[in-house]
Amino acid sequence: MAGIVSPGFFGRRRDASPRLPPGQYLVRDFPVLSAGPTPRVNLDTWEFRIATETGEKRTWDWPAFQALPADDVTVDLHCVTKWSKLATSWRGVSVDTLLDGIETDAEYALVHAFGGYTTNLPLADLRGGKAWVAYGYDGADLTPEHGGPARLLVPHLYLWKSAKWVRGIDLRRTDERGFWEQLGYHNYGDPWLEQRYSAD
Amino acid sequence: MSVPLDGNAIAGALGELFAVDVSVARLECGGCGMEGVVAEVVVYIDAPGVVARCRACDNVLFRLVRAPDRAWLDLRGVAYLRLRTTST
Repeated sequence: MAGIVSPGFFGRRRDASPRLPPGQYLVRDFPVLSAGPTPRVNLDTWEFRIATETGEKRTWDWPAFQALPADDVTVDLHCVTKWSKLATSWRGVSVDTLLDGIETDAEYALVHAFGGYTTNLPLADLRGGKAWVAYGYDGADLTPEHGGPARLLVPHLYLWKSAKWVRGIDLRRTDERGFWEQLGYHNYGDPWLEQRYSAD
Repeated sequence: MSVPLDGNAIAGALGELFAVDVSVARLECGGCGMEGVVAEVVVYIDAPGVVARCRACDNVLFRLVRAPDRAWLDLRGVAYLRLRTTST
């Protein structure tokens, strides 16, 4: 009788975890998803910029960014293509630290990356210890294929919000949809609510 | 590391949406003006959707997202797409 039970059945049971959102499966490797060529970003010219809705800008070069207080965080990742990777270890600067002292009434953020990728999210989702600009992964420098030298890390939303090769955040009064949000993907992307695709 | 493919990789997906073979259609890049055929574009499929880019300038030519019951096709990076039709 055992022959009629498919391996897939046991595979699904192995994935049963309270940390696994609906519709997701676990991976042990770290899949690389990319919508274009991997940018090779020179640290000598790297710059991270936050621009407010009034046009004020704050920038950091690589040494200044490295001098900011950093957090070591262990988080679960959930990709909209249905894989999840648990307990990933990162080092990076909290977005709270980057926003500290910046005056803004913005409710939305548009994140920009080298290579032209963008993604949008409410500014509240970047505050409160929920988001980082990460430059270390698993004890080493973040590699280019995973978004190095630095990527956004917003683990409570689907991973397309965690823009690789991040170079800046615009703080906005109005919401503007990013690269995938313009084209069918959900504007918010909560993996626990399976917000994969836009409702319209 | 994901390796980009050529435009033939998306012939099936586009074939679901178009009544003609789009892979042999001619197009002009809206970014740099290069002309070519769809089969020659650079395609990234290891992504939440399919992204086709110009082989000359990396401009995003088109994007395709498939949900179980819907598809979104963005062609804003293409200046024109010339499809071969049957004679009328």
